[in-house]
Amino acid sequence: MKTLLLSAVLLLSVTPAALAGETNVAVAANFTEPAKEIAKAFEAKTGHKAVLSFGATGQFYAQIRQEAPFTVFLAADDETPRKAVEAGLAVADSRFTYAIGRLVLWSREAGEVGGEDTLRQGGFEKIAIANPALAPYGAAAVQAMKKMGVYDALQPKIVQGNTIAQTFQFVDTGNAEVGFVALSQVIAKNQGSYWPVPDLLHDPIRQDAVLLKKGAGDEAARAFLAFLKGPEAAAVIAKYGYGAAVAN
Amino acid sequence: MTIWQPVLLTLELASLTTAILLLIGTPIAWWLARSGAWWKEAVATVVALPLVLPPTVLGFYLLMLLGPQGPGGWLASLWGARSLAFTFEGLVIGSVLYSMPFVVQPIRNAFEATGDRPWEAAATLRASPLDAFFTVAVPLARRGFLTGAVLGFAHTMGEFGVVLMIGGNIPGKTKVLSVAIYDYVETLQWTEAHLLAGGMLVFSFTVILAMMMLEKRIGRDRT
Repeated sequence: MKTLLLSAVLLLSVTPAALAGETNVAVAANFTEPAKEIAKAFEAKTGHKAVLSFGATGQFYAQIRQEAPFTVFLAADDETPRKAVEAGLAVADSRFTYAIGRLVLWSREAGEVGGEDTLRQGGFEKIAIANPALAPYGAAAVQAMKKMGVYDALQPKIVQGNTIAQTFQFVDTGNAEVGFVALSQVIAKNQGSYWPVPDLLHDPIRQDAVLLKKGAGDEAARAFLAFLKGPEAAAVIAKYGYGAAVAN
Repeated sequence: MTIWQPVLLTLELASLTTAILLLIGTPIAWWLARSGAWWKEAVATVVALPLVLPPTVLGFYLLMLLGPQGPGGWLASLWGARSLAFTFEGLVIGSVLYSMPFVVQPIRNAFEATGDRPWEAAATLRASPLDAFFTVAVPLARRGFLTGAVLGFAHTMGEFGVVLMIGGNIPGKTKVLSVAIYDYVETLQWTEAHLLAGGMLVFSFTVILAMMMLEKRIGRDRT
C-alpha cells in the first residue's frame, strides 16, 4: 500500500500534464454540437476537462470585458476576437480561424425550401434570423437578402432570435416557417429542407478562436486550443459542414 | 430605431395587461376569497405559480401553446396567421399569465379582510348581489385594487425572460424595454443602456413610493 502511494506521488510529480485541469470555454451558439464532441474527445485524450458555455458572440464579448471567468473564446466571427486582442483581453498571437461557417435557409418541413425562389416568392408568414447586431450569422443573412434584393420585401416578416440557437428553435417549433441558420445545426437535426446560401452573397463567416488573458497561464486552455487545431477536431468540424480554414 | 419606441410599447403592454387582469382577476379573487370549494387552494396555487416559476419555464410552455401546433396557433388561424408567437397579442397573453398573482393576491386579501358582515348588511337591505358587489365590496377593497393594479403594471414593465423567448425582438411589436436594454448592453451602447435602465430605476422607485403614500392616505380615510 505504502509503495503504491509512494509511486503514485512520484508519478504525479514527474508528469504534471497528468494533473487534469478544468477550463472554461465560451462557445458561439452555432458551434454547440461540434464543440461538445470536441470537448469529449479532448478529455479522453488529455484528461483535461473543457467546461463549455454557449451563447451569442456579442454577449460573450460584453461579459469578457466585465471579467467573465473564461479562458478560451470560440467566436462566430473574426471581428470580436480581434477586438478582444486589441482591448488587451486576449493573448495577441493566439488568434486563429478554427472554422468557416456556412449559412443555410432551413425549414422543418420537407419541400418547403426549394432554393432562392423560396425567398423571392416569400410564401411564408415569418422568417427567422439571428439578431444581426449580436450574431454574425444574422449579419450574413441580412447581407445575403440585401444582395438578392429581397430584404425590403421580407423585412416585415423577419423575427429575430437572440442567438443562432434560438433562431433555429423558432423554426424547429414551427413558429417561423423558415429561417437562416448554420449548416451545422441542420446536419445535427437531420430533418426538413434547406438551401445553402451561396458564399458570394455574404462575407465569409470566419470563426476565430482566441486565448483569453485569464487563460494565459492555464495549461488546459492552451491544450484545448492546440487540440482544436489538430486532426481529431478537424474531422468533427468537417463532419458538421464547416469549411476548413485555409490559411491563417 | 428610436429609444422611445420600446418605452411606448412597454407602457402599452403594461396598461393593456393591467386592464385585462383587473377584469378577469377580480372574479377570480372574489371566488378565492368567498368560495368554500375544497379545491380552491389548488386554483390559488396555480394562480401563484408565476411567483416562483422561472420565466423561462413559462416562456417555454407559451412557445408551445402559442405555436402552430398549440391552441394559440388555432386562435391565430382565425385571422389567417399561423402563430401567436412574435406578436403583440402573444405578449399580452404571456404577460397576463405572468403578472396574474400580483393582481389577484392583493384583491383577494382585501376581499377577505372585508369579511362577511358588510355583505350581509347589504343583503338585508335588499341590495342585489351585483349591486352589493359594486357598491359595498369593491369600495371597501379599493386598497387591494390599487395595490394589485400598480404591482401588475410595474411587474409587466419589467418582464424580460418570457418576452425574450416568445417575442422575436421585433421593433414596435415585441421589442420591449427590458429587451432593448439587453440589446444595448450586448452591443456596448452604454449611453442608451444607461438612459433606459436609469429611467426604469427612477420609474420603479417612484411607483413604489407613490403607492406607499397612497396606501397611507387611504388607510387614514377609512376610519
